[in-house]
Amino acid sequence: MSKLGVTPSQTVGPYFAIGLTWDDGPDVVPQGTDGAFWIRGRVIDGNGDPVPDAVVETWQADSGGRFAHPDDPRGAVDRGDFRGLGRCGTDKEGRFGIHTVKPGRVPGQNGTLQAPHIDVTVMARGMLARLVTRIYFPEEEAANAEDPVLSSLPATAASETLMAVKSDDGYSFDIHLQGENETVFFSI
Amino acid sequence: MTEQQTESGIVLPSYTRENAEIDPPLDFAGYRSTEFRHPKNPLVLMPQMLTEVTGPVLGESRLGPLDYDLTRQHEEMPLGQRIEVSGRVLDSDGRPVPNTLVECWQANASGRYRHEVDDWPAPLDPNFTGVGRCFTDSDGNYRFVTIKPGAYPWKNHHNAWRPAHIHFSLFGRAFTQRLVTQMYFPDDPLFSEDPIFNSPRDPKVRERMISRHDWGTTEDHWQLGYKWDIVLRGPDAVAFEEPHA
Ligand SMILES: [Fe+3]
Repeated sequence: MSKLGVTPSQTVGPYFAIGLTWDDGPDVVPQGTDGAFWIRGRVIDGNGDPVPDAVVETWQADSGGRFAHPDDPRGAVDRGDFRGLGRCGTDKEGRFGIHTVKPGRVPGQNGTLQAPHIDVTVMARGMLARLVTRIYFPEEEAANAEDPVLSSLPATAASETLMAVKSDDGYSFDIHLQGENETVFFSI
Repeated sequence: MTEQQTESGIVLPSYTRENAEIDPPLDFAGYRSTEFRHPKNPLVLMPQMLTEVTGPVLGESRLGPLDYDLTRQHEEMPLGQRIEVSGRVLDSDGRPVPNTLVECWQANASGRYRHEVDDWPAPLDPNFTGVGRCFTDSDGNYRFVTIKPGAYPWKNHHNAWRPAHIHFSLFGRAFTQRLVTQMYFPDDPLFSEDPIFNSPRDPKVRERMISRHDWGTTEDHWQLGYKWDIVLRGPDAVAFEEPHA
C-alpha cells in the first residue's frame, strides 16, 4: 500500500510556453553532432486542425542503447553532451522538431530486445493529463519485427502510426490526438 | 524500490501504473477543449521497461542563481502580495525525490500571463515574467519566492474564472513519474465552478492540489508562506503481475 496520495495531473494550459520551452529544448544532442537528424511532425486534433499549443517531449537511449541514469542496471555511462531529453512547443501550424540521433537497441522483458525507439509525451491545452506514445524507425524491419511492444499490437494501421517516415533532413512523425489516423497511445 | 527481474538478469525498478482514480479523464465534458483533443481508442497497456524507468538527469547548469525568485528577475519588485511557496517532492512511499528539476509559471497579480495569446486586458507588469525553476535538494525540498497570482477569466462557459493557481512541472526520477499539475490556494471560492480543478473525480484527490498557509515561512512585514508537497508515483507493489511479455 502506498503511504501518500499521488498528486493528480492538470492541463499545461495555453501559456506553458513562457515556462516550459527552452532555447535548446529540441537538442537531444548539440547542433553539429555527427549523424544527428531532425524528427519533425505536427500535432493534429480530431477535426484535422493543427494544435498550436502543444508541447512534445522525447526520451531515449543514446546510439549505444544506454541511459546515463543510476537505474540503468548495466551501469550508467557518461554520454557527454547527449541529453536524452527533447522538448519542443508546437508553432501556429502545430509543428514541432526534435534534433537527435537514432537510439540503439535496449533490452525488453524476458530476454527480448527492443527495436530502436523514442518515448514521447504530448501535453496541450485541452488535455488534462499527458499522452504517451513511441517513435519507431521504418528501416529497422528486422528489429521492429521482434520488438515486444510493436508485436503486442494488432498488425494493422494502428502500429503504422508509431512508424516515423524518412524525410529530407531525418524523419517525419505526425501525432493525431483523435480521428481516422489516431495515434496509438500507451498507458504506463 | 520494488524491482522486476527479467530472464536476461536485468533488475529494474517498477512504478505504480497510471490510475484513473487519481488522474483526470482525457475526455471531460465540463472542459470543452478536451472534445477534439482526446483519443477515442483505449490506451494500450505497456510494460515499464528501461526507457520508462529512466529519465532525464538534468544538471544545475540549467539554472540561473535567481531562477527560484520570481520577484527578483527585473529592476524593481513586481506588484502583488509577496509569497513563498515551498515543500517537498516525494514518491508515494514517502521517499524524497532529490535533485530533480521543478519548473513553475503563473499569471501576474492581476491575472495576466506574459504570453502573446493572453488577451485578457488586465495590465502586464514590467517587473514580472512569471517563470521559476529550481532543483530539489537531497531531501526533496523545493522553494520559490513569488507573488500571489490573480484569478483570470476564460471562455469555457459563461462567467468562467480560473481560481488562482501556479502551474508546476516535474520530471522526477523516471519517465513514468513525469507530472504537470497546478497548485491552488486554500479556501478559494472559485473552486466549485472550475472544471479543471474538479476534473479528478475524487474530491479527496483534488485537495492534494491545494497548498496550506504556513506560519513557519511567513515573515513579519515581508511575506506570506504557503506549503505544498508534491507526490509522484512510487514503487509498485504488484510488479510481478505485469501482463505483457
Ligand atoms: Fe493558468
